Amino acid sequence: MAMQEASVVFGNVSLALAGREILRGMNFEIGGSEFVGLLGANGAGKTTLLRAILGTLQAERGSIRVFGASAKRGNPQIGYMPQSRSSLQGNRLRGWDIVAGIVRGEKLGLPFHGADVHRKVDGALGLVEATGLAHRPFAELSGGEKQRVLLAQALVDEPRLLLLDEPLLNLDPGQQRNVVDLVKHLQVTLGLPVIFSSHELNPLLGSIDRVLYLGHGEAAIGVVDDVITAPILSRLYDAPIEVHKVGGRIFVMSGNVEMERDAHRHEHGGEQGHEGHSHV
Amino acid sequence: MFEYDFMRMAFAAATCVALVAGPVGYFLVLRGQTFAGHALAHVGFAGATGAILFGLSPMIGLLSLTLLAGLGMGLLGEKLANRDVAIGFVLVAALALGLLFLHFYTSSATQASALLFGNILAITAGTLKLLAAVCTLCLMVLLAMSRRLLFVSLQPELAEAKGISIRQSAVIFMVLVALATAACSQILGVLLVFALMVGPGATALRFAISPAKGMALAALLALVDCWAGLSLAYVTDWPVSFWITATSLLIYGATILLQRQGAGYVHA
Repeated sequence: MAMQEASVVFGNVSLALAGREILRGMNFEIGGSEFVGLLGANGAGKTTLLRAILGTLQAERGSIRVFGASAKRGNPQIGYMPQSRSSLQGNRLRGWDIVAGIVRGEKLGLPFHGADVHRKVDGALGLVEATGLAHRPFAELSGGEKQRVLLAQALVDEPRLLLLDEPLLNLDPGQQRNVVDLVKHLQVTLGLPVIFSSHELNPLLGSIDRVLYLGHGEAAIGVVDDVITAPILSRLYDAPIEVHKVGGRIFVMSGNVEMERDAHRHEHGGEQGHEGHSHV
Repeated sequence: MFEYDFMRMAFAAATCVALVAGPVGYFLVLRGQTFAGHALAHVGFAGATGAILFGLSPMIGLLSLTLLAGLGMGLLGEKLANRDVAIGFVLVAALALGLLFLHFYTSSATQASALLFGNILAITAGTLKLLAAVCTLCLMVLLAMSRRLLFVSLQPELAEAKGISIRQSAVIFMVLVALATAACSQILGVLLVFALMVGPGATALRFAISPAKGMALAALLALVDCWAGLSLAYVTDWPVSFWITATSLLIYGATILLQRQGAGYVHA
């Protein structure tokens, strides 16, 4: 990696939710234009880690720096795509209004937009090739099309760092491929560092530079071949793990159970806040 | 029909209420909280009957208990907002309590009927003044915070990350819903508030227009519902509340049907 300013630096960071320690002693650095896959089972702390970078969760210990400054809430340099909520899925506003609705959303007054906001929204939609979708009701878009619009929402304030929380959830393999390709394209053309959480590794293979794998309260970071190994994953899952590579795909197995498959089944049980925090 | 004082009063009261119910209802539908709004109206029934029992003004009783319940719902936030069973229990508990208060008062059925189904033609000048004040306040606060409310409704996690307090927005909004509901039940009665709060907002959200225009359209539709309802009631001598509800439902139904047909032509 070229000597570039790191986007995110974790120094001995521990994170807790409601007094319960979720992740501890994390030390890593994310490059200035790196594509990092954030992996781990449900409840491993993927969303918690993203919230710590956003500054909505204070670290229990250690320091989190984003572009050289301490992580703090309201950082305009971060574009964030939260895990999709069921309430948003049925929203009948147009894609364009879903994107525009968050621009300077903290201000008081009516949601009117000037020419500058129109340019920003059109620009963000253009980046994700969603210009044609923007005038249809959000509820009527396909899963992959919705993710494009939400990606435009994360890009609309021209961020320097992109945090995407489970953008592949509930998408079919073809749509997953499209989303990953699009994010890869954005990362390369804009030189934008991306942290992309997912509980499935395979859709990200070939696109991510490094993987940040969470489990059992710990984090491991590195290129796929270094991290996705039996010893490291056995530690992160706290169980004997075998790693099988078949035809360019990687299967993480515990006995005869495939770990990622298993994680996916859990997903449909609880719709939101599966990592145990609520947004009240 | 405007030669009658009570008709002029009724039109004035309905106009005030419609201008608030439309836009507040628009956000209620957008946020998926229509059932909470429906339940708030029923809380007002307990408030009004309780006030009568203690010799107070039913309007004040209705306003204060609805306000209190709205505050509570806002503070509980998502813990309550998505719990149909809890909201349903609040709703029936309020109705049952109201029934008990009426039983002790041994009042006539007219009083109950007016609270449940509205009695807009009996609105007094005093009530009209109070309604105008409540509606003006409600509308001003809603307009001031509509941009932020839209953000919080679309992406709460993102709004939180930008430093906005989701809880504060939720509480202010539920207080607005409580005030609008209380005002609305003076027109339609607690059981039919849904028609004017939710009908216009839900219809406006069927159109591919910006949120600002959607709020305006919801207000306009609520006005149409009220004016058409009053006029039809004047002509037919049927209850006003029936006609307002019927108009609201008809407009919503017709919008969906026409859009289905329109979509059919496009795909043909």
